Amino acid sequence: MPDNAPIITFDHVDKFYGDFHALKDISISVREGERMVVCGPSGSGKSTLIRCINGLEFHNSGVLTVDGVEVFEDSKHIYRLRQEVGMVFQQFNLFPHLTVLENLTIGPIKVRKVSPSEAERTARKYLERVRIPEQADKYPSALSGGQQQRVAIARSLCMESRIMLFDEPTSALDPEMINEVLDVMVELADTGMTMVVVTHEMGFARKVADTMVFMDAGEIVETAPPEVFFTNPASARCRAFLDQILDH
Amino acid sequence: MSIAEPTYTPKGRALPQRQPIAKAIDSVTFSIIAYAFIVGGIVWLAYSGAQAMGYNWQWYRIPQYFYSFTEDGFQWGEISVGLVKTLTLSSIAFALAVAMGLIVALLRLSGLVVCTAVSVGFLELIRNIPLLVLLYLFYYVLGPIFGFDRYWASILCLAVFHSVLISEIFRAGINAVAKGQWEAATSIGMSKGQAYRYIILPQSIRFMLPPMTGEVVHMVKSSAIVSVIAVAELTTIGRNIISETYMSFEIWFTIAAVYMAVTLILSVGVSFVEKRYAVDT
Repeated sequence: MPDNAPIITFDHVDKFYGDFHALKDISISVREGERMVVCGPSGSGKSTLIRCINGLEFHNSGVLTVDGVEVFEDSKHIYRLRQEVGMVFQQFNLFPHLTVLENLTIGPIKVRKVSPSEAERTARKYLERVRIPEQADKYPSALSGGQQQRVAIARSLCMESRIMLFDEPTSALDPEMINEVLDVMVELADTGMTMVVVTHEMGFARKVADTMVFMDAGEIVETAPPEVFFTNPASARCRAFLDQILDH
Repeated sequence: MSIAEPTYTPKGRALPQRQPIAKAIDSVTFSIIAYAFIVGGIVWLAYSGAQAMGYNWQWYRIPQYFYSFTEDGFQWGEISVGLVKTLTLSSIAFALAVAMGLIVALLRLSGLVVCTAVSVGFLELIRNIPLLVLLYLFYYVLGPIFGFDRYWASILCLAVFHSVLISEIFRAGINAVAKGQWEAATSIGMSKGQAYRYIILPQSIRFMLPPMTGEVVHMVKSSAIVSVIAVAELTTIGRNIISETYMSFEIWFTIAAVYMAVTLILSVGVSFVEKRYAVDT
């Protein structure tokens, strides 16, 4: 993995919301198969960073390249690119009017133009993978938060994405459900998927991350492998943050 | 099948009871009595007023306007025919209004300056013209220019008038769908059109159904206005019957009751559909 080519590259990227400078001169790259965990205080720009990767937000200057395609608002390739990049949201965002199975197949059928029977086969395979095959015909509202989030992960996997983005996937979950979601994510990491994860679950980060990124006030303050990041962070801001979230 | 007697006796202190008078006023029996009293009073007043002016009630002549049996067998009466015409007129106008309303709403939500301006302009223009004046515009001005008859003038007028109200229902319904749904649809590579079609509109239906029912009812009622340009429908037929028979009291009561029956049936029907589309988020 360490020698793989970069699949996501930020080159001096800036992002503004009105006057608010959300991303300040970001330059970073993610290699194919790399697992990057982004942490930092709320409002530090970590969600904005990953939302730029699949064009849910668009940066204002600099160059962002994902899988060889430049991301910008009027890009003809943006829809194709989003198929390559799966995203898992804090609030799950399952489609409440569709069953679990339909949630998983609607993307492949309508966007990828896969045949319904093949889409269903793929969907059942991934439901098996996230360990809820028996929930296929239920509506999302009948599922627990942890199950919903696993369906959301399966929904992204069904698009056969090569990159997976996670935006605080466990923050909206009850504590006893966090692990069932993290377990699925660890398994996913073991398959060699490229992952960018915004999370405060430092146990998970230690286990799977190749690279830790610490952001504060729109800047990337520190980038380090986990063994250095957790034991000997270079910056004072990062150390203060880690002290706060690891202390108890 | 018998229901088991409750065997559980609460151990805690009984809660204080409500005031007996408040309880009585709140009861169903009291409501029914009060309702009957008020309605009875109004009917009695109207009846005694009519008696005082020497009105000759001829209710027995009403049923023939619904249906009759002649030598040729069963025949629909004029009011029944008028009702069918009203329903046809309203349905065509409503279908057009929904299509136009959706377009106006999507233009407004498109985020493109020109489209938003066109849609808002149309909205304000129509919303600020009285329905009657709009009808005259369609019949006396646009009709001759574009060559449509009074029937189509009335349908187009109703459609345009209601499309504006319906577009606001669409807009509210679309905006009521959580933003995360857009993001999820976008993130699996859907275009804006696909997201609307498969994700957003199906979910906004449940937000739109209650106000949409109101619009259907509103449409049936406002279709009565086309009687001023003598398009054959329920109200026009009521006027015609009265000009022949002078039974204005009986006929207007009857026509009002027919409108009420139709709109009540519509409301009940839609509440069934609403239950079907109820989804938890």
